[in-house]
Amino acid sequence: MASHNTQTDTLRHAQDFLLAPAGLSSGDLEVVMNRVLGHNIDYADLYFQYGRQESWSLEEGQVKSGNRHTEQGVGIRAVAGEKTGFAYSDEIMMPALLDAATAARAIARSGNPGSQALTSRTGGGMLHLYEPDDPLASLPDEDKVALLLKVEQEARRMDPRVRQVMASLGGSHETILVMRHDGVLAADIRPLVRLNVSVIVEQDGRREHGSAGGGGRTDYHYFLTEDRALGYAREAVRQALVNLDAVAAPAGTMQVVLGPGWPGILLHEAIGHGLEGDFNRKGTSAFANRLGERIASEACTVVDDGTLPGRRGSLNVDDEGTPVQNTVLIEKGVLKGYMQDRLNARLMGAAPTGNGRRESYAHLPIPRMTNTYMLAGDKDPEEIVASVKKGLYAVNFGGGQVDITSGKFVFSASEAYLIENGRIGRPVKGATLIGNGPDVLTRVTMVGSDLALDTGVGTCGKDGQNVPVGVGQPTLRIDGLTVGGTEE
Amino acid sequence: MGAITADRRDVSVEDVAAQVLEMARRHGATAAEVDTSTARGLSVTVRKGEVETVEHHRDKSLSVTVYFGARCGSSSTSDFRADSLDEAVGAACTIARFTAEDPYNGLADAAELARVVPELDLHHPWTLTVDDAIALATRCEQAAFAVDRRIVNSEGASATTYESTDVYANSNGFIGTVRSTRHSLSCAVIAEDEGGMQRDYDYTSSRVPDDLLTPEAVGAAAAGRTVRRLGGRQIKTCQVPVLYEAQAARSLLSHLVSAVSGPSLYRRSSFLLDSLGETLFPAHIHIFEDPLLRRGMGSAPFDAEGVATRRRDLVREGVLARYCLDSYAARKLNLSTTANAGGVHNLTIEPGPDDLAGLLRRMGRGLFVTELIGFGINGVTGDYSRGAAGFWVEDGALAYPVEEITIAGNLRDMYKGLVAVGGDVDARHSTRTGSLLIERMTVAGH
Repeated sequence: MASHNTQTDTLRHAQDFLLAPAGLSSGDLEVVMNRVLGHNIDYADLYFQYGRQESWSLEEGQVKSGNRHTEQGVGIRAVAGEKTGFAYSDEIMMPALLDAATAARAIARSGNPGSQALTSRTGGGMLHLYEPDDPLASLPDEDKVALLLKVEQEARRMDPRVRQVMASLGGSHETILVMRHDGVLAADIRPLVRLNVSVIVEQDGRREHGSAGGGGRTDYHYFLTEDRALGYAREAVRQALVNLDAVAAPAGTMQVVLGPGWPGILLHEAIGHGLEGDFNRKGTSAFANRLGERIASEACTVVDDGTLPGRRGSLNVDDEGTPVQNTVLIEKGVLKGYMQDRLNARLMGAAPTGNGRRESYAHLPIPRMTNTYMLAGDKDPEEIVASVKKGLYAVNFGGGQVDITSGKFVFSASEAYLIENGRIGRPVKGATLIGNGPDVLTRVTMVGSDLALDTGVGTCGKDGQNVPVGVGQPTLRIDGLTVGGTEE
Repeated sequence: MGAITADRRDVSVEDVAAQVLEMARRHGATAAEVDTSTARGLSVTVRKGEVETVEHHRDKSLSVTVYFGARCGSSSTSDFRADSLDEAVGAACTIARFTAEDPYNGLADAAELARVVPELDLHHPWTLTVDDAIALATRCEQAAFAVDRRIVNSEGASATTYESTDVYANSNGFIGTVRSTRHSLSCAVIAEDEGGMQRDYDYTSSRVPDDLLTPEAVGAAAAGRTVRRLGGRQIKTCQVPVLYEAQAARSLLSHLVSAVSGPSLYRRSSFLLDSLGETLFPAHIHIFEDPLLRRGMGSAPFDAEGVATRRRDLVREGVLARYCLDSYAARKLNLSTTANAGGVHNLTIEPGPDDLAGLLRRMGRGLFVTELIGFGINGVTGDYSRGAAGFWVEDGALAYPVEEITIAGNLRDMYKGLVAVGGDVDARHSTRTGSLLIERMTVAGH
């Protein structure tokens, strides 16, 4: 998929777009980089970013608001040992760059300003997982409005109990350029779109909520094909109607079957964050120093894969110019690897894995997930449900969170059912599930053959930085997870 | 190392705001409003005695909303050059061509706008150099390590200062500027014993550098909070009283505000629909906003639409006295704005007579929650289920640490069952509450 041509084109485009308007040449970048570098500086980079985002929102049958956001700037980082100096500016102009460079380099207390001839070169290995075209321009504005109106009509058509429909359509187009102290120049042009639908249904005075959505690194035509947009509307209504019949959820520890796809948020919270390089280098993760140990049942193989074409969590290169890859985290139950950015990889004597990500130029890159999922097993999903005498079957979730030090994690079900004697029974109200990351996967006793990835709506927050991510898994049976309902 | 370098004085933010309103007029908008913020700051983290990060912050942003009669559009940018601003205004105008007419759209009524902008004493810059910040953070972390030898690791201690200027202006002639500062010291450490590792943290924050706690106090408190969590275990599923520590209790007030806010009401997606005048809490509960509190973390002389703020009750003697509305929601619901565009300001629950120890004694036996994780709140039904950590309480005293449990109930029942408010008010945040004792919830464990 990777073609040298595309890589050169992307780089040229990024330079023309980010640097040329300010009259900056690659020679100027070398001047800035030399300002950053000193004797004690082990690593430095310049990160240029320009992005445009839009969103359109519908409520009460009308698209009443829309917003457009433009963001640009440059972040400059200097690293000496474990110390990082960081400054940024929203002005891509030489004086601002030099000021930021001076502030960032001050991290190295002593040392003469170095001067080094930088030979710019491309990083190599960059993928071509999505088209560089601007998704905001992929549909005329009136068609974006019309799409949202169709979504709302479909939701209302589904059932007379639908009282409110809220829908929003959003897109962004971002160009980034990274220059590292070793002369490597890398660029990426990243499209991203999403469509979310949320409905309120009402029956006999009881109101319930349902929501669905999707998206990816593509353009708005994605929603017009395969009936996707209307499919989200139908799915949101279906979930809301199911919840109208929901009874109180059980409380206590029991067998839990998780459905395929988005319930993979389990992996993101239970093990994903704990396997990020920074927490392991610092020894603050419950998984620190456990490489090669068994942390899951043999049925579990989990990867973080940034190379899936068009997925929300995918990148052609990460925000440090490292090509993304498919990293095996757990292989047949054994911990195989961590997710690394360049700083933590260097300090741990490991290779960077293309997981260095940042929310924007104004944030420092840190190890982050891309698309995290468990590979398919060999069990028929129906057989998995049938094997449970009494338990919970959870198929849709809201968010989750983890304490990486104690390993305790939660994720909240928004659609779940009781399992009684191997049969799916009554729907239960939403409840939070809580477990212990280092041992929850050792209790995975059955893995389905139905691997699915989520539809593309996930956003992960860490250290105040949000980045788009993906998750996925097949149907799983976990023998013992605490369910936070109200019925003893 | 010096302080933040280079300060190029741009044109004043007020001028930029005025310029944008004029651009909107030239683009044919019948009304417009603009919000700008410029800020600078320094944040230094020290970990295990070594500097980890030195971050220099310089942020600016501008957002504009234009109205063409009853249609609107908005846009935002970080680029204050004239051509970029004009492009942003143009983008907002383009959006307004495609949005539907909404008769409730528009600026706040001129009569509601703040006529004078009271001085709230929010601006106390700290000439904190990088070296000073390193020294403070180092003292803070050292104090934490000194508390107990089981403090074996650290996520670091940070010293942060942030100074911002926010301007709101609209085409009804309103322009208001708020200059403010926010400083903090924080520390997060890790304790370990044979049972595993635990992390916790503490912080101090203030508008005024001199009002911060000492780094030693913050470090020692962080260590104390962390060490006491060692040996945490699950408990059996049960129904018991739950005491929320002040900093965890804040979220219970946020859920209330969210449920009585304009969008939740007009979308009919709130569990507190049509509850104005209803008794939601026991009669001893009073909740109010105090926006004009000097030096308050949530103080604001006017809201995000320029509407004058003042002290207002939200819950009086347990009864919901009003909703939280901006002028759009107010017009839609045929009510008046409550100056809540952009949120609530210093939301405060009147403290009761008991301190934390008193509340623990009053509870006797139950769960003391110090930390919540996850987002299991259903705003439509009020159903509540969250992960928690804390302590089992026997005979009014902490017995042992508890973890890997959930607490669940329905917010309506929890509010009705709010039996006591502590006098241990946490003033570090814009929502101000002491610890809160809830009569009964379901705790799920093993």
